[in-house]
Amino acid sequence: MLEITPAHYMVLSSALFMIGVIGVMVRRNIIIIFMSIELMLNAVNLNLAAFSQQWQHVTGQVFAIFVIAVAAAEAAVGLGIILAFYRNKETVNIDEMNVMRW
Amino acid sequence: MPPGFSAADFYYILPELVLVAGALLVLVVDVLTSRQQRPLLGWVTIGVLLATMLTLLPFSDVDVLASRGLLAIDGFAFFFKLVFLLTALVTVLMSSSYLEVEGLRAGEYYFLILCATLGMMFMASGIDLVTIFIGLETMAVAFYILTGYLKPNRQSNEAAVKYFLLGAFSLGILLYGMSILYGLSGTTNLRELATVLATGEPSTLLIVAVVLVVSGIGFKIAAVPFHMWAPDVYEGAPTPITAFLSVGSKAASFAMLLRIFMEGLPFLAEVWQPMFWVLAVVTMTFGNLAALTQSNIKRMLAYSSIAHAGYILIGVVANSSRGVTALMIYLMLYVFMQLGAFAVVVMLRRRDVVGDELKDLSGLYFRYPVAACAMLFFMLSLGGIPPTAGFMGKFWLFSAAIESGYIWLAVIGVINSAISLYYYVRVVVFMWLREETLGSPIVASPAMALALTVALVGAVIFGVYPGPLFELAESSAQSLGGVITGVGVSSF
Repeated sequence: MLEITPAHYMVLSSALFMIGVIGVMVRRNIIIIFMSIELMLNAVNLNLAAFSQQWQHVTGQVFAIFVIAVAAAEAAVGLGIILAFYRNKETVNIDEMNVMRW
Repeated sequence: MPPGFSAADFYYILPELVLVAGALLVLVVDVLTSRQQRPLLGWVTIGVLLATMLTLLPFSDVDVLASRGLLAIDGFAFFFKLVFLLTALVTVLMSSSYLEVEGLRAGEYYFLILCATLGMMFMASGIDLVTIFIGLETMAVAFYILTGYLKPNRQSNEAAVKYFLLGAFSLGILLYGMSILYGLSGTTNLRELATVLATGEPSTLLIVAVVLVVSGIGFKIAAVPFHMWAPDVYEGAPTPITAFLSVGSKAASFAMLLRIFMEGLPFLAEVWQPMFWVLAVVTMTFGNLAALTQSNIKRMLAYSSIAHAGYILIGVVANSSRGVTALMIYLMLYVFMQLGAFAVVVMLRRRDVVGDELKDLSGLYFRYPVAACAMLFFMLSLGGIPPTAGFMGKFWLFSAAIESGYIWLAVIGVINSAISLYYYVRVVVFMWLREETLGSPIVASPAMALALTVALVGAVIFGVYPGPLFELAESSAQSLGGVITGVGVSSF
């Protein structure tokens, strides 16, 4: 039987994190970008839970719960902001954000 | 350590508790007053901030770890909290007339400003990764809302979306770095982290974590190449919020940076010093060059504030107690210079004039000599001309760099200050040498006049008589654990 070590969790979480980063970079839809960011935060949670198991204490889990709570608060505010943007512009495409240019 | 919290823990966060109670009071007063009595809210907020400042004063020479090692109540935190409260105070003073012209609701606005200030205060005193992160988010979420506060305005919407997406993205990067730091050390307390990780050769994973944390914080202080959100957000946000963002959020992020790197990772100085060296040089050079061509004054001040982040980073690179002292002095002076400049821009906003283009300043001297002279002083101060506050700040930063052996960094800084003079003086040229433009008269409300006076008095007094500020900053910098008191090691 293969034992699951923190290194395995690290591989999974870094893959998840990279998918999130690439999503933010290449996708044009604001909602999908936002979902990619949530993916990055979940990679963090995975890391924290795995390390918490490794060190045999709860600090990491408490940290993860804080991350989840903050992500929820951020999602509430973020979706409100995106909605306000949509009401004015009738689009959620990031290429349409062109009022300000240098 | 006994479980739970003692009464002493609540005593040590008394200023924060007063601020929370005050923020709730603002919401209640908002509901209880009629539309005509709204200006009252601004003064309630001022009262709350002054009360917080008063309760903060007894903590000037305390140095303890409160709440089971989650918060460090020390001189460093005291100094930064003072900076945040002053920033919030001047921002609120310049807001009332702006809210009236834009027809915005005042209650939530002031409430969110107080929330952001609360977050900053926890960022400065947090000595645990979790506390710092919670403080950072309390501040950031309040700022996301404030940036988009002009709901029907497209620029404001766009600024809020950009700030939110990039802010959340940078948070993800920062947190991933923090999670690796926790994984390697088994603790989230920065001082314990320093002792656990200091032994042995740094692993590759640790270096990765440092790089992630540096880029996450780089976003928050708007250092090049992580600055792309800053100009758009600063231009689109309501002007007083731009002022608050460019001073308060930046100062808080620097407090977080110093805590993490000087308390938590002082043994990795050889790794992060070169990174910050590069960031400082690129940031100030790019910021200044981009500011040269701007015609929108908010955008110009945005690039100028990016450049200032570069100067301030010099204090981090120096990695000595003198560098930290210089950094803190510069931040305090920057509060007055930058907020003063923004106060003049806010004053230009009238019913028929948006007032954020350079040409709106045309001939200001002939109609409003006092405002023009104040703006002249702030511009020269930001540029670092000798008798002003800005010169003193830069002088200390550059001399700290030279003392630590970074002579080239100081030289690049001086060259950059010279470049920056071009666009600061251009503002003056518009005010003195151009034909005046028409528009309804500028009326400075008493609050606005007070904001300008505070900024001017602060910049003038600390420019000619910096002794007390220097002593306060020096003693505060001492309390930052892990600061190398000797001369730093230079590899450049």
